[in-house]
Amino acid sequence: MSNDDRPLSPHISIYRWPITMVLSILHRITGIALSVGLVVLVTWLFDAASGPEAYSVFMAVMDSVIGKLMLIAWSLAFFYHLSNGARHLVWDSGRGLEKSSANLSSWLVLAATVALTAVFWWAAS
Amino acid sequence: MSLRSPLGRVLGLGTAKDGTSHWWGQRVSAIALLILGIWFAFLLATMSGFSHSEAVAAIGRPINSVLLLLLSATLGYHSYLGIQVVIEDYVHAPGLKMLTLLISRFAHVALVAAAVFAVLKIGLNA
Repeated sequence: MSNDDRPLSPHISIYRWPITMVLSILHRITGIALSVGLVVLVTWLFDAASGPEAYSVFMAVMDSVIGKLMLIAWSLAFFYHLSNGARHLVWDSGRGLEKSSANLSSWLVLAATVALTAVFWWAAS
Repeated sequence: MSLRSPLGRVLGLGTAKDGTSHWWGQRVSAIALLILGIWFAFLLATMSGFSHSEAVAAIGRPINSVLLLLLSATLGYHSYLGIQVVIEDYVHAPGLKMLTLLISRFAHVALVAAAVFAVLKIGLNA
């Protein structure tokens, strides 16, 4: 018995995405990316403890173009997840859930992400 | 009329048997990570360099060692809780779900163990 030609309710490919929807899925995507970043952080600590040879291999990978691009991506993901996580904590207190304030705080989170990432790399350079 | 036993009502753990502990664990570790995460970004941004000796000196400073231990453990816990939800949302076959949750749990515990050992080894040698 085939149900192929029955109508389906509209799913995410049909709707025009509201900004809050974009930030919601970004929170999960950056969270997964940061879990991978945790492996890199632990590798940094572990290779530092293992000695100069293991550490130089790690640094060579991180110093490559791909390594640097990954570090920039992780810093963006980190500051995004941090900013949006703070917003989630505010939401948990029952505040800021109206459509207008959720839309406004979405843009604030994006602005904070860019600003914090820029300050981080400016301070690091 | 409720069919729940008096004991079940008092425990308040619901059908999943762990009540709101996942929700609370995620929030409390998130608050800790707001502080530890900003501190770690500050540490990385202000390090004089990333040569082996500079990294070992930074990791081995007692205050940094303690905060790195807290960061590693809290990150591992928060990451485990988050990945657990992702697996529960997208992996539906019961056996595969159990297997991926088990792998995630072992991997997170192993990561934290490696981080703790590395920080202690550097910190106690310095």
